[in-house]
Amino acid sequence: MNLTQTNPNFFKSIFNGRNAVIAIPYIWLLLLFLLPFIYVLKISFAETIYARPPYSSLLIWGDSWLPSIKASFDNYLFLFSDSLYIKAYLSSLKIAFISTILTLIIGYSIAYSVARAPNRWRGILLMLVILPFWTSFLIRVYAWIGILKTEGLLNLALMSIGIIEKPLMIMNTDLAVYIGIIYSYLPFMILPLYANLEKMDMSLLEAAADLGCRPFKAFWTVTIPLSIPGIMAGCFLVFIPVMGEFVIPDLLGGSETLMIGKVLWTEFFYNRDWPVASAVAILLLAILVVPIMLYQRSQEKAIS
Amino acid sequence: MKRFGTFNIFSLIVGFSFLYIPIILLILFSFNESRLVTVWGGFSTKWYAELMQNQGIKDAAWVTIKVAFVSSTMATILGTIAGLVMTRFGNFKGRTLFSGMIYAPMVMPEVIIGLSTLLMFVALAIDRGIFTVTLAHITFSMCYVAVVVQSRMSSYDDSLTEAALDLGCTPFRTFMLITLPIILPAVVSGWLLSFTLSLDDLVIASFTSGPGSTTLPMKIYSMVRLGVTPEINAVSTILVGVVTLGVVTASLIGRRQKQQILKTQHT
Repeated sequence: MNLTQTNPNFFKSIFNGRNAVIAIPYIWLLLLFLLPFIYVLKISFAETIYARPPYSSLLIWGDSWLPSIKASFDNYLFLFSDSLYIKAYLSSLKIAFISTILTLIIGYSIAYSVARAPNRWRGILLMLVILPFWTSFLIRVYAWIGILKTEGLLNLALMSIGIIEKPLMIMNTDLAVYIGIIYSYLPFMILPLYANLEKMDMSLLEAAADLGCRPFKAFWTVTIPLSIPGIMAGCFLVFIPVMGEFVIPDLLGGSETLMIGKVLWTEFFYNRDWPVASAVAILLLAILVVPIMLYQRSQEKAIS
Repeated sequence: MKRFGTFNIFSLIVGFSFLYIPIILLILFSFNESRLVTVWGGFSTKWYAELMQNQGIKDAAWVTIKVAFVSSTMATILGTIAGLVMTRFGNFKGRTLFSGMIYAPMVMPEVIIGLSTLLMFVALAIDRGIFTVTLAHITFSMCYVAVVVQSRMSSYDDSLTEAALDLGCTPFRTFMLITLPIILPAVVSGWLLSFTLSLDDLVIASFTSGPGSTTLPMKIYSMVRLGVTPEINAVSTILVGVVTLGVVTASLIGRRQKQQILKTQHT
């Protein structure tokens, strides 16, 4: 085949209306979502310098016509040499894991109850779940400061009833962080679980009951296995963002609460060490890439 | 068979108390006469009056409204197209990457999105300001719109589009005259969702904004770091009120849409 002959058809097939429609959102996401990661990757190999912007260039244009590449793994080596970073990653994993499990238990009982509620209540109950999901994260975390702090509402209430004599020290501890995470992410867990439980075929449970299965056993052997897709979606929606959470550990956690999102923020805004912040981000992304892909696959399955 | 028992009622009461008591307390103490947020000193709206005097908060609110309005409108256009592409364009080349770029921003930690977007703006020497915050907000909001539109499209009757195309209507006119009116409720709730997402965002805005483009959440955050004050409660109450209004509107639209679907299925 001759190139000059195929070219017009080739271009025609690329620049048709259908591809143009695909291209608009595609190019936007490539430029503003994917391309930025290449810059993070690049800057994670640079050196911190006192300049604007505060990182060295990877390509050095010397005397020859080809630039020489000056990349260093120093930032990554630094992350592994200072135990702070490893501890922060491990502590984020632990906090994200435990709070996902706790959110699942609380979220499941709420989603299950909403799904089993009489029809006329369900709409309003669902809206009550969605409402906090839309309300500002920052405001909802802030609301807990007034409750949990030493002279806060919780301590005042407990002391006036006489349950405790000295105020509980909850604010600025890991416990406050767990409360904040469960509170903030609960709607993200309830919504996919509810969507799944609502569709469940009740006749399966009736069949189990007819065959002599106790309700509790039916719940474990029928309801739970059927709701696995909802459980997976909810857990991903909680676990992945919590791994990089900044606002909650910053406002509710103490100095000993280590989370990698807060470390990244400190490196960037306070230490102005952009290359180390980039290396922290790349490593976090490497931890999260498998869960993110599993989440994407579960969502695609749900549509088709 | 017993479907809705005491356990269900108990977990609903405990669950919703947990979700709502903190917000109700926050609203309650915004009307507190006393500066102490934990001691009730009588009803007063003076913190709202004080808020109106605070130029910093008013400026930040104005920036936030501008960003939220522009970004949600752009995100709705791009997200609607993306939702159609996901459901009606079959298996095109690079589809997996496309759906990855739609779903990943919804779970990706905000610090990563914020840092990476900022580093690109710096490398391309784009000045940080309202413009860059708006670009960043469009990008993550459009993914939410795409998912909302996509879930509406899954119950969309393809024969309507086919009929229009068979009768010689151009694809663009078919979209404007047939598809868009049918999916409009989803598009509107996508817009409302984008608007509140932009209104609420602290982390991504902190990375991508520059001097003079402080958003309301950034302003609130800097106030919160200095301590709990009734003024923060007052501004939070206003924000909660705006969002509640939006959600109730969206859910009413959604209910009407559901009734419409039921009606078309019956006829």
